[in-house]
Amino acid sequence: MTAGTLIVGAVAVPLAGAVLIAAAHRTPNLRETVTLVTAGLLFLLVASIVPDVLAGGRPHQTLLPVMPGISLAFTVEPLGMLFAVLASGLWIVNSLYSIGYMRGNGEAHQTRYYVCFALAIASTMGIAFAGNLFTLFLFYEALTLVTYPLVTHHGTEEAKRAGRLYIGMLIGSSILFLLVAIIWTWAIAGTIEFTPGGVLGGNVSNATMGLLLALYVFGIGKAAVMPVHRWLPAAMVAPTPVSALLHAVAVVKAGVFSVLKIVVYVFGVETISGMTSVDWLPFVSGFTIIAASIVALRSDNLKRRLAYSTVSQLSYVVLAAALLTPLSVIGAALHIATHALGKITLFFCAGAIYTAAHKTEVSQLAGIGRRMPWTMAAFTIGALSLIGVPPAAGFVSKWFIMSGALQAGHYAALTVFVVSTLLNAAYFLPIVYSAFFRVPGAGAGGGDGHGHGHGEAPWPMVVALTATAASSVALFFFPELPLQLARQLVARSPG
Amino acid sequence: MITSHLPILQVVVPLMAAPLMVVLRSGAAAWTLAVAASWTALAIAAGLFLEVAGGNVVSYWIGSWPPPWGIEYRIDIVNAFLALLVSFIAAVVIVYCRESVRAEVPRERHYLFYAMYALCLSGLLGIAVTGDAFNLFVFLEISSLSSYVLIALGRDRRALMAAYQYLILGTIGATFYVIGVGLLYLLTGTLNLADMAARLPAVSDHRSVLAALAFITVGISLKLALFPLHLWLPNAYAYAPSAVTAFLAATATKVSVYVLLRFYFTVFSGSGIFDDRPLAPIWITLSLAAMFIASAIAIFQNNVKRLFAYSSVAQIGYITLGVSFGSVYGLTAGIVHLFNHAVTKGALFMLLGGIALRLGTVRFDAIGGIGRAMPFTSFGIVLAGLSLIGVPATVGFVSKWYLVLAALERGDAWLAFAVVGSSLLAVVYVWRFVEVAYFREPTTEVARLREAPLSMLVPAWLMVLACFYFGLDTGVTLGGAGAAAESLLRGPR
Repeated sequence: MTAGTLIVGAVAVPLAGAVLIAAAHRTPNLRETVTLVTAGLLFLLVASIVPDVLAGGRPHQTLLPVMPGISLAFTVEPLGMLFAVLASGLWIVNSLYSIGYMRGNGEAHQTRYYVCFALAIASTMGIAFAGNLFTLFLFYEALTLVTYPLVTHHGTEEAKRAGRLYIGMLIGSSILFLLVAIIWTWAIAGTIEFTPGGVLGGNVSNATMGLLLALYVFGIGKAAVMPVHRWLPAAMVAPTPVSALLHAVAVVKAGVFSVLKIVVYVFGVETISGMTSVDWLPFVSGFTIIAASIVALRSDNLKRRLAYSTVSQLSYVVLAAALLTPLSVIGAALHIATHALGKITLFFCAGAIYTAAHKTEVSQLAGIGRRMPWTMAAFTIGALSLIGVPPAAGFVSKWFIMSGALQAGHYAALTVFVVSTLLNAAYFLPIVYSAFFRVPGAGAGGGDGHGHGHGEAPWPMVVALTATAASSVALFFFPELPLQLARQLVARSPG
Repeated sequence: MITSHLPILQVVVPLMAAPLMVVLRSGAAAWTLAVAASWTALAIAAGLFLEVAGGNVVSYWIGSWPPPWGIEYRIDIVNAFLALLVSFIAAVVIVYCRESVRAEVPRERHYLFYAMYALCLSGLLGIAVTGDAFNLFVFLEISSLSSYVLIALGRDRRALMAAYQYLILGTIGATFYVIGVGLLYLLTGTLNLADMAARLPAVSDHRSVLAALAFITVGISLKLALFPLHLWLPNAYAYAPSAVTAFLAATATKVSVYVLLRFYFTVFSGSGIFDDRPLAPIWITLSLAAMFIASAIAIFQNNVKRLFAYSSVAQIGYITLGVSFGSVYGLTAGIVHLFNHAVTKGALFMLLGGIALRLGTVRFDAIGGIGRAMPFTSFGIVLAGLSLIGVPATVGFVSKWYLVLAALERGDAWLAFAVVGSSLLAVVYVWRFVEVAYFREPTTEVARLREAPLSMLVPAWLMVLACFYFGLDTGVTLGGAGAAAESLLRGPR
């Protein structure tokens, strides 16, 4: 198969999977098999593109011309490769987890759930491989729309309100700012292809550049830079596997991925590094990091705490990109991967706790580590990764990002990272401590509140969360693949 | 050769079909005839479009009388694009009509309905192909009178009132138009549009030219429902039979926009009358008012048909906004949106007609949970709604892209934000439908509904798919609109 076929296949396979899943709605076991097989196939497809990209190739495939000069086209570059490998790999694990979760909790509308999930992955692949801003925008909007039924899965009044916020903020910001920014870029540069070195060089004034960057950053609501972040905590009303893969990996990473990609391939790091009008971005993202951490610290609901932690960590990537140094850009790319592994583990654990013990609040978790040792061990690794402590992968990306801040001489950013690390520790470590070392309090009671004890969650969930935690550790010891891809991102010429 | 007579056949085929239906007096026969006439019209329009796509102009002399003495049908890419649009919509809607009309119109009037449909079609096509100002008035009246009747055939008694309202305002519009044409005739001594354009510069210092422009502008604006002259439209669309709403919403106002384009860019453009007159700001202001006020009103409607009727007023604002920029991008946006909006609204009203058929009403308080009872219809409405919002890969996106581009090209970034800002209002009213259709528990009445009949669902979904197809393959639509825009901006030849 040619590389072009593989790229199109990466979008087409999950789409076809969605159709087959819908067709198999009468036989749940077959349906789940289809999901797993599709996920496996997709991962193989994506993985088979990697060697070409590592060797410096940039496989390209134009699907169809849409408007004069604008086409639906895919180009695989290192960052998109990294994102695609991550999302497709985690889809396998997450599907396994979903089976345990959806059945364990007796959720309704499971076929719709798996169909939308496959569609979301197809959209994510489209975003990862987008060759120009039009293609990116198309799949970006598609991702919002197909995840809407997942966010509102329970159909309750709360889900409906969350869905309103979700659509309102994501579609609203993307139409109001992102679309205008894209058309403006087209009007200025005459092209919206992603080009190494950027397309805006030379003929754009300082002020316009700053405005354009603002339109992009706030237009990409999925990056959840404050104040466009409210949709993310609201989306936690969804079933936990959705929060885990979509609202810790696919959707939100699509946001910061897009920001990073636009900074590198539309603006061009060197083009804007001298411009004063873009200096606001480190402060806005720095503020988001700290403010979201403080909110996380004050949230008793576990998923809400994780959500605000995500808001904070997403801005790590934005801030790292905004520092505009090679090291920080590498760190930004790596952080997309390391945070994904850490955060999906934490969400998996939250879902496992909910399924096995029906607990949702941090204050209820005293002593739970004794009943669910695997889960809480994985939780510990995830937490360490987010704090940035070895031997978890979070350390690697944080190292690069902070080195980048030093390289840029941006001490304010450095301070933000240090303070936020302390805050991360402050909102994660007490959970770990009380889970393992505190005796279940009288108020919380033993068991699950129904008067009988509980153990671990169903095995597919435990396998899944162990796998992601193990990957997080593995990535600490073997960071070569993402590192190589990230290095290519800042190399002057591909290869 | 018969092909050399295509321009007149474009009008005559549906025109002759109408009296034949009255003679036959049978609903089924009339429908068959109407299908044949509409499809033939589509084939003719496609033939004409291909003929002029390369930049040719077809000039057809009725009775071989040479212009400007005889009536000339003059077809360039602008006319052909419009004729193609009208006949395409007519050809799809007529298939849909059969079940819909059977349910909504008394049996003994079926043959009259189809006769009126054919007359309306021939009137609209006549406006599109004629090159004569008075002949255009005649066709305007044919299409208007027949559409009053079509609207009045709605089963709701309020349809009569709506038709009457439209009759009064439409007649004022047509009268204004004919007064304007009369003035121009006095000044130039000709009714041929091209000839008029050539003679007008010589008399352009005459104040009557300005009066003519004013009369024609207001008259046509009434017909195209430019805010605030849109008052007839919401009731007419809400209470007309569903098939009529789908047909008129997709064609009637679009044809009026064409007349406006023809007069502004062909007849008056050489006269210098636009110099030093703040016409563009007026048009831009009214367009923006349409986009925001009508969308805001749409949000608060309880009747879904009325909601989308107000949305039509807003979308006409997009079209006139693009036109008022007077640039290639702006005109392209306006003209391509004629087609894009026609397809989108056609789809929406046809699907709503399915709900009206099964439930008898399309009020929000009655259709809760419809997403479960009529999944294909509801999902189609959501998809067409996305096109209304302008999500990429839909036709709405293509229009929006060019409109924003045209605004940025003028250096008016605020206008670009106004365009995208008003589509956020579309998000709100489309999502109202989503929440009502999918989050409410179906009432017992809704729960026992069956999906709309295939003969309605298939044409409606054809339109829905067209929203996406022409959003990704823009060769014909955008190519045609771009060529039309350039041809208009070149002025009369």
